Amino acid sequence: MEPPVLRVSKLTKTFGEVNSVDGVSFAIKKGEILGLLGANGAGKTTAINMVLGIITPTAGRVEVFGEDLHASRVELLRRMNFCSTYTQLPGNLRVWQNLNVFGKLYRVRHLKERIDQVLEMLEISHLKNRVSGELSAGESTRLNLCKALLNKPNLLLLDEPTASLDPDIADKVRKVVRRSRDDEGSTILYTSHNMRDVEEVCDRVVFMHKGRILFVGTPGETLQHFKEESLEEVFIRVARSGEIESDKAGKEAGE
Amino acid sequence: MNVVTVQALVLRYLYLYTRTPIRLVELLFWPLVHLLVWGYLTEFLKSHTGDAFPYEITYLIGAVILWDILFRAQQGVAIFFLEDVWSRNLLNVFAAPVTNADYLAATYVVGFLRAAVTSTLLGVLSALLYSFNILQLNWGLLPSIFNLLVFGWGLGMISTALIVRWGPAAETLAWAVPFFIQPFSAVFYPVDTLGKLAWISKMLPCSYVFEGMRKTLKTGEVDWQSIGIATGLNCVLLALAGILFIRVMNVAREKALLTKFASQ
Ligand SMILES: Nc1ncnc2c1ncn2[C@@H]1O[C@H](COP(=O)(O)OP(=O)(O)OP(=O)(O)O)[C@@H](O)[C@H]1O
Ligand SMILES: [Mg+2]
Repeated sequence: MEPPVLRVSKLTKTFGEVNSVDGVSFAIKKGEILGLLGANGAGKTTAINMVLGIITPTAGRVEVFGEDLHASRVELLRRMNFCSTYTQLPGNLRVWQNLNVFGKLYRVRHLKERIDQVLEMLEISHLKNRVSGELSAGESTRLNLCKALLNKPNLLLLDEPTASLDPDIADKVRKVVRRSRDDEGSTILYTSHNMRDVEEVCDRVVFMHKGRILFVGTPGETLQHFKEESLEEVFIRVARSGEIESDKAGKEAGE
Repeated sequence: MNVVTVQALVLRYLYLYTRTPIRLVELLFWPLVHLLVWGYLTEFLKSHTGDAFPYEITYLIGAVILWDILFRAQQGVAIFFLEDVWSRNLLNVFAAPVTNADYLAATYVVGFLRAAVTSTLLGVLSALLYSFNILQLNWGLLPSIFNLLVFGWGLGMISTALIVRWGPAAETLAWAVPFFIQPFSAVFYPVDTLGKLAWISKMLPCSYVFEGMRKTLKTGEVDWQSIGIATGLNCVLLALAGILFIRVMNVAREKALLTKFASQ
């Protein structure tokens, strides 16, 4: 049987007293889009950074394509990519220069054509010769996404890719994310605070709270489990009352 | 280490210079100012002392050129990392398939390029303005330059490690690293001048290079012994700096220092 594209087991990260991520386990099947949800500080970014090997876990394991991340990090990273609201491409380079540098780092074949293609996908071809630092927040978010798609990653990690996008562009980005899965075979881990995103894009969601997983399931199962009408309501309920509510919901679901 | 990866990392750096040529000013301005100050000071002293002029003083011009090689290499390495900090690009680079060796090699190339640009400029100008020919060092010149480059790289790695570990607060410290060692580097005066502190000099590869340079300028003979000692010390230094860098990167991954940079 094919191993899951990503499997994290009992992943834990402790900073001093704080358990940012606390024994988290989940797996993503090939071609799946998994939403990682949770309030501010739930541990989503920390978890993603551990999957990228930027942060070393205190305990637990990350396996990508069935291989231990720690053991063959660089080889695995070549087939991965990420985009995060927390980073930018160098503002003092032109858009095409940035993509050219990262395209080479990721060994992208037919790089020129691919750069044009990703710019087209995110509808920023007209910005190709612009200086990256002069782009608007939404434009530079889309440039970040271009970089993330360059190498047609088998595993794509997106940390709030739609933050700072207007509704029209956010909608287009959701389509691009799905297209990258459908046409380019990417498996995707996706965090967002926009529940609309999640409902539209994710096959399954993982709800995190204070570093722990509260619930894993499809959006439909989640609504059923929490007996709410929308993911937004689930989110708010989980964020406000965390474990207590989840225990109750769990008991109710068990009855 | 992978050549394509190193090329890509260096390319990013070259784009910076072609896009904002004003950066070249930083690369050329200070060395030029130093050369002019020391060059004219030498001329002045010469014209006032006549035949009694101690010829060693003209070595100051050579010292300025060689010191600059060390300094540019150190800065090249440190700036390479800082550019990514300043532009919030650090995570993009460290989440890309780049090994420590690729990264370090790219910083060396950039350090080398910076040193090559300024030392060529200074070499030509010192010949034109002060008839000081750095090529007098003949065959000793290449290994001397190489040793200074390597020492600069080592110091650059130590500076970068300081910045990674202690954050942007250590930035100014990193700039100052070459100046901490300058008094003991025997750049402008021989090691003996230091008296009781000479032992510090003896641990620094660059002091052997500068001592060797003075000997060569005086006697015309290449001081292979100094060059050999400098090379040996450099190997040790580079190995230690490499270990320090890798350790600090591991600490950075443990304490999430790289992501902290990204948010600053
Ligand atoms: N380098 C660090 N040092 C100390 N604590 C940290 C560090 N990084 C994260 N934390 C803490 O870990 C917890 C989880 O942070 P994380 O950034 O993973 O949350 P998040 O789910 O991504 O939140 P948001 O939705 O706000 O992006 C927070 O309490 C945060 O303060
Ligand atoms: Mg986050």
